[in-house]
Amino acid sequence: MSGGAPKPAVLAPAFLADALRIARKDLLIEFRTRSAFMAATVFAVLSVVIFRFTWDPTAIPAFDLAPGVLWVIFTFSGLLGLNRSFGLELSDRAYDGLLASQVSRESIFVGKVLANLAFVSGVQALALPAVALFFDLHVGSAWGVLIGIVLCASLGLAAVGTLFAAIASNTRLAELLLPMMTLPFFVPLVIPAAQTSAYILRGQPLEDAMPWFKLLLAFDLVFVTACIVVFPYTIEE
Amino acid sequence: MATSAATITAPGKLPEAKPIDGFLAISIVAVLAVCVRAIWFTPVDAMLGAAQKIFYVHVPSAIAGLYVACGLLAVSSILYLWLKDERLDRLAEASAEVGLLFMGIVLVTGPIWARTSWGTWWVWEARITSTLFLWLLVLGYLVLRGAVESPENRARLSAVMGSLAALLVPFIHLTVKLFRGMHPGPVVLKPEKPSLPPEMLTTFLMAIVAFMLLFFALLRVRMRWAALRDARTAMEAA
Amino acid sequence: MPIPPETGATGVAATHKGSGALLDLPLAVEAEGLVRAFGGKRAVDGVSLTLGSGDCLALFGPNGAGKTTLLRLLGGLLKPTKGTTKLHGVPLPGPAETRRLVGLISHHSMLYPALTVRENVRFAAECQGVVDADAATSEVLRQLRVLDREHQPVRFLSRGLQQRVSIARALVHGPQLVLLDEPYTGLDEVGALAFTDALRELKDGGATLVLVTHNLVEGIALATRAVIMRGGRFVYDEGTPAGGFDLPAFQAQYRALVHEGLA
Repeated sequence: MSGGAPKPAVLAPAFLADALRIARKDLLIEFRTRSAFMAATVFAVLSVVIFRFTWDPTAIPAFDLAPGVLWVIFTFSGLLGLNRSFGLELSDRAYDGLLASQVSRESIFVGKVLANLAFVSGVQALALPAVALFFDLHVGSAWGVLIGIVLCASLGLAAVGTLFAAIASNTRLAELLLPMMTLPFFVPLVIPAAQTSAYILRGQPLEDAMPWFKLLLAFDLVFVTACIVVFPYTIEE
Repeated sequence: MATSAATITAPGKLPEAKPIDGFLAISIVAVLAVCVRAIWFTPVDAMLGAAQKIFYVHVPSAIAGLYVACGLLAVSSILYLWLKDERLDRLAEASAEVGLLFMGIVLVTGPIWARTSWGTWWVWEARITSTLFLWLLVLGYLVLRGAVESPENRARLSAVMGSLAALLVPFIHLTVKLFRGMHPGPVVLKPEKPSLPPEMLTTFLMAIVAFMLLFFALLRVRMRWAALRDARTAMEAA
Repeated sequence: MPIPPETGATGVAATHKGSGALLDLPLAVEAEGLVRAFGGKRAVDGVSLTLGSGDCLALFGPNGAGKTTLLRLLGGLLKPTKGTTKLHGVPLPGPAETRRLVGLISHHSMLYPALTVRENVRFAAECQGVVDADAATSEVLRQLRVLDREHQPVRFLSRGLQQRVSIARALVHGPQLVLLDEPYTGLDEVGALAFTDALRELKDGGATLVLVTHNLVEGIALATRAVIMRGGRFVYDEGTPAGGFDLPAFQAQYRALVHEGLA
């Protein structure tokens, strides 16, 4: 090794670069294995089909049932993806290597949230059209708003879900424990999202559903921040 | 002095186990006394009938289980993350379990009252729905505690969940209130407290005191049990 | 040729060879009264030691002696319950940048099975802030003789090859302190030789090694100091001058102290 004057041949840790690199890594692994995405998509399509064929159109109009279907699929398919978020780190203890590097804990968390957000959004990109198709919904110009609601809800789901996935990965029954812990947390997320989308699907403007939408945004703001703050405590030190 | 991480339990000494807990005995007597007073020595509500007397159990349990227990759980979780004192962890654990019990009483007495008064088992009323979600939340918390092997990890991870749960409570209340507000349902939900005649008010206040005594007595017993268990684990590990 | 890139925190370690410290330079590792408890149990119970650049500490001992815990304490991966530890004068656990000084190798591969050899090592390099991650990756893969497999997903490699990739992952950023937790597990002869060569180069370049192993021969090969741990403490400590390590005597001590507990 040559001595002499120190040469800055290393970069200081950079939050965004680190987070994006970790997100890219997680998505690359998911792309290669495809296991969780397949499971989530199959679940979504199956659910849509089952709900469609058990539905009596004369009893309930489509735009009353569709939000419920949509958000049930959202929640449970999301959970399928969240499980593997830390599973991939722990199979050969790659997580130890990541924690021993200079990347900050917060960037690890944000990176994984971004990957989970992409995952959940990806599943919704298939589920939404499927629901619209099977329930013969006339969304029209409201597509933009609907997609916006889905993205906001996905962010909250990804943040809370990633944090609890980190907690659950320390336990014996991670796959069973994750839904148990997170479902009460998803209540103030999914209900406002479902209510807002119900208004949209009935053809009402977003302004009518503002109290619900504001609640959804407040949830995102509070919990994304809180989860970033609290994530380092999930790591044993 | 410890620089950080866990406090080390002094090995070799088990805390004393008392045969009879005076505080618990007194509180049980108090609760029984209040029940007797409520049933035989308090006037029957003219409008709602005898079933209204469940109110003397239902509301004090809600105060103890929801406000006090969940409040203690939230505060001790947050403080644990800051101070890392294992006594805070035992307080969180005990509050969660005793709180679950009292919230369970609320969830059982509520439907009984609803059934006898209005003929339905469940009403999606704001407060009892919130209680249901909180009950599930605390249950999840306790399941997490049961699933983590190492005591240090268990304390730390459940404190994380407890802290987030503290933030969640206002959101649950807002969600449920908004739901009720925009979907008006059955109107008669709960009698207003201020308009109670003096004898009923006295019984009510006595009930609150008695149930609070019971809550803290059970909390103390549960915490002592937890300290005993932790000391024994420490002794076995050393 | 040592493993690139020239590591940056200080160029000091690069010019510094051999054990012991020059008076005006911080020691590589300074641990004082280290205690780490899990629940009520003390895994490490009062350990103090100093190591300079170019030192290699071999840690022996029965399972549960606290070796892995001590390793992690020295690398700043765990906080001590009591006591202090410093890495090149920086108290640990320090700011995130100090983690870059450390390389961790264990019997777990710490790899992502679905990613290729190159992707795994490059990811580690970038996470450790290496500027030219591609070049550094190529170099370290070449040194450990796995360059020909660089585009294979790790899960298709044999255990021995995976271990070599794991070592590449840990060394790509040229760490100053290398923590090795039973690294020879699963390595075949070729791999073990390549690995020992790479470690020797690092050591000669001024890095400090802490090696936990059950294998006496491999452990002693590079050691400047050998310690037997039991119950969280050092029960036998042999610091060696350059050269001359009384292997038979040490073996006798090892048998006595380690196997004693099983009798």
